[in-house]
Amino acid sequence: MTVGGAQKRPPRRRYGTWLGVLPFFVFSGLFLIAPTVILGYRSLESADGSLTIDNYRHLTSDAVMRSYGLSIRLSLTTALIGGIFGFLLAWAVSIGGLGRRLRSALSTFSGVASNFAGVPLAAAFIFTLGRIGFVTAAFELIGVDLYGAGFSLYSFWGLTLVYLYFQIPLMVLVILPALDGLKKDWREAAENLGATPRQYWRHVALPVLLPSILGTMILLFGNAFGAHATAYALTGGLLPLATLLIGQQISGDVLNNPGLGYAVAMGMVLIMAASIGVYSLLQRRSEKWLR
Amino acid sequence: MAALTISTTPSSVATETPAAGQPVKRNRFWAWLFIALGAAYFLLPLVATGYWSLRAEKDKLGFEAYRRLFDDSNFFPAFTQSLVNAVAAIALSLAIIVPTAYWVTLRVPRLRPVVEFITLLPFVIPPVILVFGLIRLYSRPPLLLTSTYGKSRVVLICAYAALSFPYMYRSVDNGLRAMDVRSLTEAAQSLGASWITILRRVIFPNLRVALLSGALLTFAIVIGELTVALFLAQRTFGPYMAELTRSKVYEPSAMAIVAFALTWSALGMIALITRPRSRQ
Amino acid sequence: MSGGFLSLEGVRKEFEGVVAVDTFNLDVDPGEFVSFLGPSGCGKTTTLRMVAGFEQPSSGTIRLAGQDVTYAKPNQRNIGMVFQSYALFPNMTVADNIGFGLTVRKENSAAREARVTELLDLIHLPDKGKAYPFELSGGQQQRVALARALAIRPQLLLLDEPLSALDAKIRDELRTEIRRIQRQLNITTIYVTHDQEEALALSDRIVVMSKGRMEQVGPPFEVYNYPGTPFVAAFVGQINYLQGQVMDPASGTVTVGSATLRTTSGIEAGPGQPVTLMVRPEELEIGDHEENQVKGIVESVNFLGAIVRVRVDTESGMVTADLFNERLLELPKVGDTVTVCFPPHACWAMPAAS
Repeated sequence: MTVGGAQKRPPRRRYGTWLGVLPFFVFSGLFLIAPTVILGYRSLESADGSLTIDNYRHLTSDAVMRSYGLSIRLSLTTALIGGIFGFLLAWAVSIGGLGRRLRSALSTFSGVASNFAGVPLAAAFIFTLGRIGFVTAAFELIGVDLYGAGFSLYSFWGLTLVYLYFQIPLMVLVILPALDGLKKDWREAAENLGATPRQYWRHVALPVLLPSILGTMILLFGNAFGAHATAYALTGGLLPLATLLIGQQISGDVLNNPGLGYAVAMGMVLIMAASIGVYSLLQRRSEKWLR
Repeated sequence: MAALTISTTPSSVATETPAAGQPVKRNRFWAWLFIALGAAYFLLPLVATGYWSLRAEKDKLGFEAYRRLFDDSNFFPAFTQSLVNAVAAIALSLAIIVPTAYWVTLRVPRLRPVVEFITLLPFVIPPVILVFGLIRLYSRPPLLLTSTYGKSRVVLICAYAALSFPYMYRSVDNGLRAMDVRSLTEAAQSLGASWITILRRVIFPNLRVALLSGALLTFAIVIGELTVALFLAQRTFGPYMAELTRSKVYEPSAMAIVAFALTWSALGMIALITRPRSRQ
Repeated sequence: MSGGFLSLEGVRKEFEGVVAVDTFNLDVDPGEFVSFLGPSGCGKTTTLRMVAGFEQPSSGTIRLAGQDVTYAKPNQRNIGMVFQSYALFPNMTVADNIGFGLTVRKENSAAREARVTELLDLIHLPDKGKAYPFELSGGQQQRVALARALAIRPQLLLLDEPLSALDAKIRDELRTEIRRIQRQLNITTIYVTHDQEEALALSDRIVVMSKGRMEQVGPPFEVYNYPGTPFVAAFVGQINYLQGQVMDPASGTVTVGSATLRTTSGIEAGPGQPVTLMVRPEELEIGDHEENQVKGIVESVNFLGAIVRVRVDTESGMVTADLFNERLLELPKVGDTVTVCFPPHACWAMPAAS
């Protein structure tokens, strides 16, 4: 772009500016959009190459339903528990008044923990609650046989426990700014007008925070739904989660129907898109009040 | 000077006042309880893993597990590969995002919603889906990019760059806002600088902190990444760690501690460099 | 609505070794409008918050209508407070905001609705009940905040710099509104502000504060014309300083430069001691028709409309004279040598601070 020639700028400018963002669009096209589009396209293809939505009808087959169902249950559970406990932690260091240092420690730790997912996290939990894990052994010392009693790290609830390690921090990170947005004045005004702390939370604080809390829980849902590495490292495919199913489909054709495999993938994309969409909507709503 | 008239208006003040001289104490019991529970939950796995990592030698606390880990012939090659991949992905991501963010802010603000939407796509397309699409797309002519290890590696790096977009773009965008990029650019233009010069001498230097943050975050994501590397048959640190977990007993604990330390240092550094400067 | 008798005795507040409020003593009559006036950090807001219950005094007692409320919880004092930032609950309509205090007290909805309507009329916003705070202008939000505080029929109304976030014009309007409502309801009111014009215009009495201390308490006329300390003289209104030496304390004469000036307000220093003569700009006139005269050169003439502000550089320092505008007024020119004069009763002397 030249600096001179001000009079002739408009047409040349339009041409030149598109050039600036072209690499971005080309790259995103090649490595984000096209891969997704190809999956979508192939999901609408039948065995002989014609367009069909049969693959989507087969989504209700046993194997797929089981996978989706399990993934949804796991995601809902971790989103709910992670959301609630993450909220309580964030509350403790902000409004709960535990000091700036504790808050920034929690903040930094949450940043690290939310990125700790995958093999290291799975390994850490195996060493904690696996069959010969630290905590398992500790329980044995006091006479409690965890595995004998039916507990297993390699089960739904074991996986939930592991997932919470990155779900809770994610909630903390996102909800802390929202809690900051709760003006101290509102609490004082409510107190001044005669409200007890419970009444303040019931009438003012929780309603104002609700869009944020709900939206973030939905974000947590999406986060768990699309997670692959942690589950793979922990269970290696034992639990038929949707992401693990897709992973197996990549390596081979476990569903005996390639089109179905693509449909399963697209189904996941749609669920993720919906969750991110709802999250954005609720986030914008809460920003109005918590600016 | 005040007239001392005594008022006898009946009051409606509630009579539940604490004993005189007793100020009300702020009850922090619950807050501490939640933090304690949280600390227990988050620290226990680290303690357990750390403990196990020191128990490789029977009945002795030592660093044998770490020694074996670093001595493993596959450790450093895998780690180095990941390191190189990370650096390449970061460079690629910066090269694409910084000019784009700059252009969107200054020249085509109309495109901002579109660009922002695209940078958020990695949240909608989880890695397992992305690699699925990448393989199906690039494993057949005319776009055969997965036939050799080297070419697959390029695809991997590009995928990592794409997955870093949300963090990189947000970091750079915040940085641009903070430095009032419009005024600086106009000043530079009025002094005769071309847009390459502006990018090189005005934009990049002032974005150092934002760029570092984005880079460190990308590093933390790439270094232990498993899913994409696994399905592209890459011998990087992620698949190596997964293999280690299945085959060895003590080394995985050392590995987990090392991985945690890496992530912590990368992200701790971000926290350090983004601390508000007291000089201003 | 009747007010309560508010009494602060020896109230003191310390934060980590810093004294924020030092020995505050005040008795407020029912229905009285008292302002706490001072610069930022003078302790006025801290004192207000102690009355409201958001801070606890380090020592001292606060009594409201005979009851000791020093350590009572804020939600048990039946005091209405208006915040600087309005603090309207964003998730509630105007009507719900105003009725919040009544909701919390579990009043039945019919009574509550009636009261809300009554207050909406009082603040002249009868049709805004269903609106949300973000839909209202700053001035309207502040009125709603006031209505909300009054809805619970408080014994005492506290306002913490309620107008500082508003434009000048709205500020003037709202100021008059607040006073009108206060008089109409005859509610005891404490008003915190840093704007001396506001304090002068609204109050029955002003408490001027500086660095945690009460400098002076009195009606506006008294605080303005008979300031008790140099701080009050300088903070409330403009003031001129003429440095000089005491000539004769008995006759109240002072030498200022080459001029001999006289004051009728008494001198509390011995002959020869340094002293500062203080006089308000509006008391000064250009000419030699009054007894006290100082010569100088006109440095600037600012026509402000109703007032003409003339700054004169005298041998004892810069002096500002505020003259009333008149159509036939002959303005002095910059560089002219003029005589500034004022009568002896217009000035007062303070021992010069060393």
